[in-house]
Amino acid sequence: MKLLLKGGRVIDPAGQFDEVADVRIEDGKIAAVGKNLPADGAEAYDARGKVVAPGLIDMHVHLREPGQEAKEDFASGTEAAAAGGYTRVATMPNTRPVIDTAALVEGMKKRAADVAKVHVEIIGAVTKNQEGKELAELGDMIEAGAVAFSDDGHFDPVAKVLLSAYDYLRPFDKVIINHEEETSLVEDGVMNEGHRSAMLGMKGRPTIAEDIATVRDIMLAEYAGARVHIAHISSAGAVDIVRQAKKRGVRVTAEATPHNLTMTEDLVKLCDSSTKVNPPLRAQKDVDAVLEGLRDGTIDAIVTDHSPHAPEEKDREYGLAPSGFPGLETAVGVLLTDLVHTGKIDLPLLISKMTWEPAKAFGLAAGTLSVGANADVTVLDPNLEWTVVAEEFHTRGSHSPFAGRKLKGKAVLTVVDGNIVMQDGRVF
Amino acid sequence: MGKNTVSLRGKHILGLEDFTPEEIRLVLETAKEMKNIIHRDIKKVPALRGKSIVTLFYEPSTRTRTSFELAGKYLGADVVNITAGASSIVKGESLRDTLYTIEAMGVDAIVMRHKAEGAAEYASHVVTPVILNAGDGAHAHPSQGLLNLFTVEQHKGRLEGLKVAILGDVLHSRVARSDIHGMRKMGMEVHIAGPRTLLPRFLCEEPGIFIHDRIEEAIAGADVIEVLRIQLERMKGGLFPTTREYARIYGLNAKRLALAKEDALILHPGPMNKGWEISPAVAYGTQSAIQEEVQNGVAVRMALFTLVLTGGKQE
Repeated sequence: MKLLLKGGRVIDPAGQFDEVADVRIEDGKIAAVGKNLPADGAEAYDARGKVVAPGLIDMHVHLREPGQEAKEDFASGTEAAAAGGYTRVATMPNTRPVIDTAALVEGMKKRAADVAKVHVEIIGAVTKNQEGKELAELGDMIEAGAVAFSDDGHFDPVAKVLLSAYDYLRPFDKVIINHEEETSLVEDGVMNEGHRSAMLGMKGRPTIAEDIATVRDIMLAEYAGARVHIAHISSAGAVDIVRQAKKRGVRVTAEATPHNLTMTEDLVKLCDSSTKVNPPLRAQKDVDAVLEGLRDGTIDAIVTDHSPHAPEEKDREYGLAPSGFPGLETAVGVLLTDLVHTGKIDLPLLISKMTWEPAKAFGLAAGTLSVGANADVTVLDPNLEWTVVAEEFHTRGSHSPFAGRKLKGKAVLTVVDGNIVMQDGRVF
Repeated sequence: MGKNTVSLRGKHILGLEDFTPEEIRLVLETAKEMKNIIHRDIKKVPALRGKSIVTLFYEPSTRTRTSFELAGKYLGADVVNITAGASSIVKGESLRDTLYTIEAMGVDAIVMRHKAEGAAEYASHVVTPVILNAGDGAHAHPSQGLLNLFTVEQHKGRLEGLKVAILGDVLHSRVARSDIHGMRKMGMEVHIAGPRTLLPRFLCEEPGIFIHDRIEEAIAGADVIEVLRIQLERMKGGLFPTTREYARIYGLNAKRLALAKEDALILHPGPMNKGWEISPAVAYGTQSAIQEEVQNGVAVRMALFTLVLTGGKQE
């Protein structure tokens, strides 16, 4: 299939390219980028007034397969990804069973090849069954194609085990992704610890839990000379810890979510568990600090932490509902509306954090429109106005803190390996 | 003055943060009338005849559940009790489905106690009967907050300008939170003291309350002292060393009581641990209103039922 995306604003952060141009796609590759490219038998797509970007990458999603298909599976999750403009997602291993062996990694890659609409990267567990005790077969999983390792969604490994994992992984040059909350300080906590939790009587998850976990895991990585990736950073303290570590040359990267970049604990309502997430929605000063971290390069990537739950699981008492909500179909709209249209960040920076920089952090051959690259392309209409209707999501998760919001900006075309997988909200 | 324009008819009683001072005033005035009924020989008025009330308790309770039940019965309502241990809740029925079931039977009000903060508010979004929160986790216990105000006013003749000391485990106390909202709305000065481990770290950001390191400072010159229950599981959770030390440093005894105003009133939401947070001499002393609170609780709950189900006296 040949495709010619005509007259869009082409933003390719990898090549620092930002011009109105055409993009020509042939045989699943980017064939040319330039002005007035000839049609030459290609199907033309009018991209005037739109933004043509490398396919968006989300390195932190929970596709829930195997074992929790009531929440999501590879088909529904990657339909959501395509609808949201994502061409590549990395799925976390906190499934049933936990993805902790090469056979499971292979099985999941096979499932992805069979049913997924977009590229799926498999993140393996750091420890067997994510119990934080014994190392999983990391080397075998790398050979089977695991992209990174994480015990996300479960308790962090204890310091000794994490240090072992760092040491063991050094020759393989793979990243460990850590969910940074010191377990003993967040037990039973359901929202940010602050004035609001104090007055609601809700158990808090203090920022200090994130700060000290981030310090510990970065210092261990520094000691081991290993790479570490800080998952969904949300506290002002943790942002500064990563900033200082980068300054002294630690091999650390970090990611932030749309919700921690735009929402505060003030949105927590007792009657609606949609805002319940770990780490939780924080205070305004934390949101400001995460945004500053995004601007100054402390934070490398934006991820959704797409965490769908079955509606009946989430529809219950706040404190008893599971944490997390879907994010793939709202990220672009929320980020354009709240960060770009408000002038807080510019569009090329946003695209860089959703394409080239995460690709770089995880060593992926993706996230660029350079000639010869895989033709994973996302077209955004930055001015399209729409309203978030959770019932229309492709994901099986329905409870979204963004539900009902009027947003400006949306992905309108998703191209994976040169094939259109989504156009104007329809997933093919 | 014209007719009272404040009405609580149909209002879910979820927490005192949702109340205006005028609404609190209405409850207190109505409760006065209700208290007379309790003193009658035949305690039965037909105000709520034909109304049905379900108490839905997911946590054990003696005084609160009985208090709501008698309040409904004194007013002629039919009251049915559901407790978590003896219902389909133990079979795993969701709160939503339990509420649907109760609603389908045509009840007018549901009194609910639940361990999760916000459970009552959630219920108010799920079904149409009026929800009365009888305690949701550490969030709110509005009828207890109201009966505390009622008890204080009965003794002091006013609320405005009184100094109250709340002592002990505020962190886990839904009563304390309802007190803080209700008392501040009625113009009382709220002073708080207890082990720092049992005070929410960011409570200090709440305007209009005073937090003290030593309970003596909170007690000094107080018109009202509310002592909160201390639970053994907090000790096991590492929040204070021993009940012995708690009693010695944070317990209300006669010596500390002497720091308060001479006629200071003592409240405790019960059940008490005598010898821990309060000495027996103080608990049973002349300044204690602890038993009276129980009776006032029935009156306040009668007032709440009447106001939310009928709007109260039609003038």
